[in-house]
Amino acid sequence: MATSLHSVNHALFKSASTSSLSPSPVFRLNSTTAGFNFKPLISSSSAIITRAAVSSSESGESHNRETFHGLCFVLKDNIDTDQIIPAEYGTLIPSIPEDREKLGSFALNGLPKLYSERFVVPGEMKSKYSVIIGGDNFGCGSSREHAPVCLGAAGAKAVVAESYARIFFRNCVATGEIFPLESEVRICDECKTGDVVTVEHKEDGSSLLINHTTRKEYKLKPLGDAGPVIDAGGIFAYARKAGMIPASSSG
Amino acid sequence: MASSVISSSPFVCKSSSSSSKKDLGFSSFTKSSQISIHRCQKKSISRKIVSVMAPQKDRSPGTTGSVKTGMTMTEKILARAAEKSLVVPGDNIWVNVDVLMTHDVCGPGAFGIFKREFGEKAKVWDPEKIVVIPDHYIFTADKRANRNVDIMREHCKEQNIKYFYDITDLGNFKANPDYKGVCHVALAQEGHCRPGEVLLGTDSHTCTAGAFGQFATGIGNTDAGFVLGTGKILLKVPPTMRFILDGEMPSYLQAKDLILQIIGEISVAGATYKTMEFSGTCIESLSMEERMTLCNMVVEAGGKNGVIPPDATTLNYVENRTSVPFEPVYSDGNASFVADYRFDVSKLEPVVAKPHSPDNRALARECKDVKIDRVYIGSCTGGKTEDFMAAAKLFHAAGKKVKVPTFLVPATQKVWMDVYALPVPGSGGKTCAQIFEEAGCDTPASPSCGACLGGPADTYARLNEPQVCVSTTNRNFPGRMGHKEGQIYLASPYTAAASALTGHVTDPREFLQ
Repeated sequence: MATSLHSVNHALFKSASTSSLSPSPVFRLNSTTAGFNFKPLISSSSAIITRAAVSSSESGESHNRETFHGLCFVLKDNIDTDQIIPAEYGTLIPSIPEDREKLGSFALNGLPKLYSERFVVPGEMKSKYSVIIGGDNFGCGSSREHAPVCLGAAGAKAVVAESYARIFFRNCVATGEIFPLESEVRICDECKTGDVVTVEHKEDGSSLLINHTTRKEYKLKPLGDAGPVIDAGGIFAYARKAGMIPASSSG
Repeated sequence: MASSVISSSPFVCKSSSSSSKKDLGFSSFTKSSQISIHRCQKKSISRKIVSVMAPQKDRSPGTTGSVKTGMTMTEKILARAAEKSLVVPGDNIWVNVDVLMTHDVCGPGAFGIFKREFGEKAKVWDPEKIVVIPDHYIFTADKRANRNVDIMREHCKEQNIKYFYDITDLGNFKANPDYKGVCHVALAQEGHCRPGEVLLGTDSHTCTAGAFGQFATGIGNTDAGFVLGTGKILLKVPPTMRFILDGEMPSYLQAKDLILQIIGEISVAGATYKTMEFSGTCIESLSMEERMTLCNMVVEAGGKNGVIPPDATTLNYVENRTSVPFEPVYSDGNASFVADYRFDVSKLEPVVAKPHSPDNRALARECKDVKIDRVYIGSCTGGKTEDFMAAAKLFHAAGKKVKVPTFLVPATQKVWMDVYALPVPGSGGKTCAQIFEEAGCDTPASPSCGACLGGPADTYARLNEPQVCVSTTNRNFPGRMGHKEGQIYLASPYTAAASALTGHVTDPREFLQ
């Protein structure tokens, strides 16, 4: 069964075209009040839905990331993955829909007492907060994907942090669960949990965080190298576009 | 380089010139690094250091007249794995993967994504390059945890995965001939770590394997699902920070002290997206297990991977465990490093990381008034054979009994057996287990990740109350070992053992000198 390292696993061609893929359980299928546009990248028989909007087919450069509004939840520095989702919930499997839902209900359960607001009210499955604002080194600690998954499952759409730990950032990009944005200043010191914010994406690739409660605007850093992967909708979609893996059944 | 500067201020030398190994004087940076890296100031410190350590772009041509651009070890490994002759930091490249490891927590999700994306009937890219090691939530009645091991068994059967270290009898770990325990230790012990290779794992401490001179880093389920199908991954080439550790290792100091020292120096985000390359005479004197401890906590500094140049020690270890051919690589003399740190190890003292951050460094002796409730010796960081040997050595030298519950969790079956079989040098032939029993420690438990990350409620040694614990593990953020108000002091096995004997955080020199 040895496959050449130089080539893509050709067994995938066969299996992808003959099997019927169940709908992607990880990516959200329903948008709530406002959210990213969904558009299947591949034919409807595979029903792989992506969160971020798809680039237009004519030019690979443009993107149409949606603007959205919501309440923000403010955190400080070094929010590690065990605070985002305590390790005991690691028995839940993010790729199973019911488990993913449960993960969402436990999102940010590990926060210490100094955070008086609960991200998800006990007993509920989703959060009322759409944007998480963080300080430095957001998502440090484990490589467990349960962290970005639980935030996305809880209904959060984006994190705006001063800086990220690499594995967490990478997992956000690969899964498409939550948009990882980087601020230029320490927004977490200027916003309060419950402020109403808008995250606006501009044509030129830059983004803005507008805090309607404080009437302040913050420029956000461009996505950089992660941009194309995020815009494609995650690593799989990106790889298909780049021709690294076969698109599943055509037509 | 002895001078009065050394006695008053540290042993740390930072330099902006990194193209040669010439001895550098102690710069004024020592002062700024003394502004302790407490969390409130950490941000400004780390920014300052980074901005001063500008990447070295302009280099004078090599004396040989060669125009070949020098690459670091990591750059070379990635270039080769991407079938390129040259890569530079910042390049995004598709890399061939040599080994993919997963365990019971992330394996089901990774395979779930693999099937979802490639099809229910899809086959993995190479069933001999995947190593499945249940280790996280094993000895528990938690049904979901047990289910996850069963799920992995199904996947491994279906895909004909060659290396699946299965466990079926949870009541008696010894009844499971294939079961190993903690993945990072098992990978090394089973010969899956080889110089020059690319090893990925669905666990942050996959960086441990960098001790073998390979590129090893942690990834999530989705990336792993991708690798399962293709054997490739998209990686951004990291710049390398070089840490040169010279001098003779004091008898009371261990690799854990070295890495805690470094993380305290550069902060938990000091190496974000970067490689941490360790070299120097001290590194050369370290055993493989000590090198593993060092590289293990690279992720706690934000590092992408850690790496140590392979030498005779490495080759001796590896060649005894695998017959797969490998080719080590080494940093070129004219390679670019984005930062350079030098340590005189002989000047270092045992340190701990106080709650609640791995960079909250303090001298162990300065914490002697901290009363503790328990001690935990285990995990990939501090639960290997040599870690237990060290603790046993200290207990034996002290000849006393522990004052607080002392939990011992060997990382793997092999470590457990060593604890019960190997004689501890200088003890007249006693085994670790005997010494631990005489000291009043808990009986060594079934090998697994145990309480390092809390785990299901019935996990052995889980912190279920807001207690103070000295631990040989790797992270101490709030709630790490269970209770949100638990206070975890990260320490070396020597420091942990010494602390157990006094009931306070204790410098091991109290018992070792």
